[in-house]
Amino acid sequence: MKVRVYVSLKNGVLDPQGRAIHHAIEGLGIHGVKDVRAGKMLELEVDDTVSDAALEEMANKLLANMVIENYRIERLDSSEIRA
Amino acid sequence: MSFRSAVITFPGSNCDRDMADALEKVSGNAPFRVWHGDAELPSGLDFIALPGGFSYGDYLRSGAMAARSPIMQAVIAAANAGVPVLGVCNGFQVLTESGLLPGALMRNAGIRFVCREVALTVANSQSLFTGGYSQGQRIVIPVAHHDGNYFADDATLDRLEGGGRVAFRYAEQVNGSARDIAGILNEAGNVLGMMPHPERMIEAAHGGMDGRALFERVVKGLVGA
Repeated sequence: MKVRVYVSLKNGVLDPQGRAIHHAIEGLGIHGVKDVRAGKMLELEVDDTVSDAALEEMANKLLANMVIENYRIERLDSSEIRA
Repeated sequence: MSFRSAVITFPGSNCDRDMADALEKVSGNAPFRVWHGDAELPSGLDFIALPGGFSYGDYLRSGAMAARSPIMQAVIAAANAGVPVLGVCNGFQVLTESGLLPGALMRNAGIRFVCREVALTVANSQSLFTGGYSQGQRIVIPVAHHDGNYFADDATLDRLEGGGRVAFRYAEQVNGSARDIAGILNEAGNVLGMMPHPERMIEAAHGGMDGRALFERVVKGLVGA
């Protein structure tokens, strides 16, 4: 089973990288983008023995730094995977 | 008396030799060199240093992988038992990632890697590490980092400042750190993390010696003059 963990900066935490990307988007001549926040997405291939609790533990202890980041875990059934 | 110290090397550390050299020059005793995969530290250590560099290529987050390496369990146990621990640059990042120090080090506000000498002020001259400086003393120490922008929530920052746990502040704009924090102490005062590199300022050939007092103080404080 595929699991995706989305890691994003908490609200209020300055994101200089997102700001630079925002600036670059404007440089393309595309306007109307109000804000950009950069994060990361980790894709895990796990077997059925990996519990939700284990996924929470790895996200809490390693994948995200809870001082500055939040995470969201998504289990993808094969039917849910879209191109 | 001899000074028993250890320098931990992670894959991607690149200031470990400088750190070992500084400790040997100041104390007269070569430190033990410890590899990240080791499970145990040498016994009876007086001091542990986590050097600068780019451990594990800064994968995931700077310091994140190193903080979970086998030797860090031993370093955490030693720190909790009172052994002085100094983390410089990537070592500071490892200390925050391991939970020995609060907060996090984020991408520099200006996004660029900053590599130059910067002016600092000594914000607490009473600690084990900073007792060789005077309160408010201005010193010059080089920085070389991409992720040195110290972040913590306001309650944590207030607690650090209220408890005298800010050891060094930047005296100029460097990386956007909250309240200009360049180095902090843990609550017990035996763990110091700092982004600037004191080990690069210990002899005249370095262009300055403002980092030397830190090591001298540590050695003197631990084994006597």
